[in-house]
Amino acid sequence: MRKHRKSVWSHIFDVFNIILMLFICFICLAPIVHVVFASVSEPGRLALHTGILLKPLGFTTVGYQLIFSNSVILVSYLNTLFYLAAGLFISMSLTLLGGYVLSRRNFLWRNAIMFFITFTMFFSGGLIPFYIVVTKLGLYNTRWAVILPSAVSVFNLIIMRTSMQEIPESLEESAFIEGAGHFTILIKIMAPLSKATIAVIALFYAVSIWNSWFNASIFLTDRNKYPLQLVLKEILVANDSSQVVVSSTDTTGINTDIYKPLVKYCTIVVSILPVLCFYPFTQKYFIKGVMIGSIKG
Amino acid sequence: MEHIKKDWKRNKILYLMVLPVIIYFAVFCYAPMAGIVLAFERYSIKGGIFGSKWVGLQNFLDFFNSYYFWRLLKNTFLLSFYDLLVCFPVPIAFAILLNELVSEKLKKIVQSISYIPYLISMVVVCGLIIDFFSSTGPITNFIKLLGGPDGNLLGMPQYFRSIFIGTNLWQYLGSNSVVIIAAISGIDPELYEAADIDGVGRFRKIIHITLPSISSTLLILLVLRLGFLFSVNFEKIILLYGPSTYSVSDVIATFTYRKGLLQFDYGYSTAVGLFNSVLNFIVLLAANKLCKAYAETSLF
Repeated sequence: MRKHRKSVWSHIFDVFNIILMLFICFICLAPIVHVVFASVSEPGRLALHTGILLKPLGFTTVGYQLIFSNSVILVSYLNTLFYLAAGLFISMSLTLLGGYVLSRRNFLWRNAIMFFITFTMFFSGGLIPFYIVVTKLGLYNTRWAVILPSAVSVFNLIIMRTSMQEIPESLEESAFIEGAGHFTILIKIMAPLSKATIAVIALFYAVSIWNSWFNASIFLTDRNKYPLQLVLKEILVANDSSQVVVSSTDTTGINTDIYKPLVKYCTIVVSILPVLCFYPFTQKYFIKGVMIGSIKG
Repeated sequence: MEHIKKDWKRNKILYLMVLPVIIYFAVFCYAPMAGIVLAFERYSIKGGIFGSKWVGLQNFLDFFNSYYFWRLLKNTFLLSFYDLLVCFPVPIAFAILLNELVSEKLKKIVQSISYIPYLISMVVVCGLIIDFFSSTGPITNFIKLLGGPDGNLLGMPQYFRSIFIGTNLWQYLGSNSVVIIAAISGIDPELYEAADIDGVGRFRKIIHITLPSISSTLLILLVLRLGFLFSVNFEKIILLYGPSTYSVSDVIATFTYRKGLLQFDYGYSTAVGLFNSVLNFIVLLAANKLCKAYAETSLF
């Protein structure tokens, strides 16, 4: 609606602003694009290259062949998928239950339970007691240690509660009169009506489970249970792709030493691809989620 | 007593439903809090959490008197403080400039793209940082081209903080600006139209309309951020630091991790962790008071 005539300076500002914004987009994407291009580049040329890649240097799929014929990466990928499915189920169940109950208005211990839960956001026992408790429970080196200890996010639970609080009371009252119990109301009325919020929370949980590595790194010793991020950590941070590269030499018969950097880039691509593929379709939910969460905690 | 019974009778199902949630928090949050007693003990495997030798405040005294205490406190504070100086104002500027874009479509695209780094896992981000700032990495090469230093920049103490905070900005620019962008888009367009009629320039509209309209949101965000002044992203530090940069990169949380989980000094590192938790809690309470006094809302 701004029909006001613009000054010359205003136009110049617009041009610079657009350039700046495009530059920011470039900075955000460049490292990712670099990795994608590097993952298909010829390793010899890649080693000589300095600077960000703006196009692939030649083309080869050997890196991908190496990681797809590699049991360490494949197993960890499957593990992550399992952690995602099981974790999402447990996290969502607990968050739905907690969110529903705390959104009810008249029961005695409501505020006490709310305090019991939110207090954990502000104070914790610290890493070592947490570690000892999980270990004492017998979860050490089990898959449960990856799924359970960080299953519920207080932040998500509060978003769930707030969203369910906004659903008009009259809806559940009429259901009550017809003899429906709390479980029926949660599943038949509340869950369908807060579909959008549930989607947002599921997305937040999914990304955080997909990306998590710390609990796995302190609780798991059995490599067969490692999630993808932990294998990635070894390849990227400890810079040790020997496990991966060595174990695939026999199957492909290629001199694998020079492909080490490629293995690194290919694994990154394989790990971030699912998130990036989903993002365009779900991005409005992500941004909405941050919004709901920020309104009131 | 009577009303407790009545409430239980009527809401039994509700309590049953919330029970798994309560058990979760009891086991994974409150049981570790009980484990804090370790901070006052010299842990032994035989004694366990509640049976080890009681040493009172000895672990704390050891920590306060150690060479590490001030270094850790300083590193924790500085990493967080510099991060606040950079990663708080820049998203505000970004949100305002984004709002000045004329094309709505471009606005949406830029915002979506700026959010992408937030979705990349910490392990991958840190892997990329290690790679890009290594002696042959693209960023090191670029800096060298500009006449800057050479070598593995991440291993040099003088550059650790800059790299840590600069990459924080990359990771969190998009997600930190979401709330601000929303606040700006909630401003009544009539305010701008009235200013247009008066012939007010763009820069002055930003100063006199946009900024004042979002000031309460910004204040809450600032106070919230101040509440976390002594907590740093320790997963990121663990992935990036090394002995050569401990002098600037080692913070209380990473020290707890090393002492406790790599050197098994449970009592001592629980004490150090407790010191950090209490410090965080006090700062957060103070921030909340500040928020109540000036923003007329509170965080909790």
